[in-house]
Amino acid sequence: MIRVMYFASLRERLGCENEALSDVPQTVAALRAELAARGGVWGEVFADDQRVLAAVNQEMAAAEQALGDGDEIGFFPPVTGG
Amino acid sequence: MHVEIRVQETALDAVAEVAPLYGGRPSVGGVVSFVGLMRDTNVGEQVSAMTLEHYPGMTEKALAAIVAEAGERWELEAVRVIHRVGEIRPQDPIVLVAVASRHRGEAFRACEFIIDYLKTRAPFWKREQTADGRSRWVDARNSDEAAADSWEDAGSR
Repeated sequence: MIRVMYFASLRERLGCENEALSDVPQTVAALRAELAARGGVWGEVFADDQRVLAAVNQEMAAAEQALGDGDEIGFFPPVTGG
Repeated sequence: MHVEIRVQETALDAVAEVAPLYGGRPSVGGVVSFVGLMRDTNVGEQVSAMTLEHYPGMTEKALAAIVAEAGERWELEAVRVIHRVGEIRPQDPIVLVAVASRHRGEAFRACEFIIDYLKTRAPFWKREQTADGRSRWVDARNSDEAAADSWEDAGSR
């Protein structure tokens, strides 16, 4: 099982703060593709041309990073702090 | 290197937060601090308030990693990074980055490095309320990305 969290404009557009998924996709990119395949607003938010950042276990992660059981994955837009 | 990192919902007293960086540390020869403030305009519009959201847990880790990298590049005595979250108003300090070192050069460079990296790597997001009552997420700036990238090959300059 993995826990997926959505932040800022992504959370608002998806209407979802976090969820648990029982299947563990192989990589961040595979998870993103699964989410996009839900269609509707999910398809829009996670479309290939959308800049979405990902973190695995609270560290920035590249698309090819492998996922494992128990991981926490965060998806969010480019950051705007400071 | 002494490090203090805080994410807080309460007001940030930028002046009061700087003195503890050198108090009791006679090896410190200089402190450089950057205070980021909320402006009352953004992309040509009046902004009346802002809400800062973050990713609790990851934020602290990301800031600690940025400060640790600064500590590898430069010899620093103490670093303090404090970032506001929640509701803020124009003129409120959003962020303080303060760096103490033996000599000024290290502190100047490390301070700029930390704020440049914070702006592109720490998970904070701003939502602003315009004066006419609308609310919108602030877009990331390409110039911030470029500033952070400029450190990639710079070493300790």
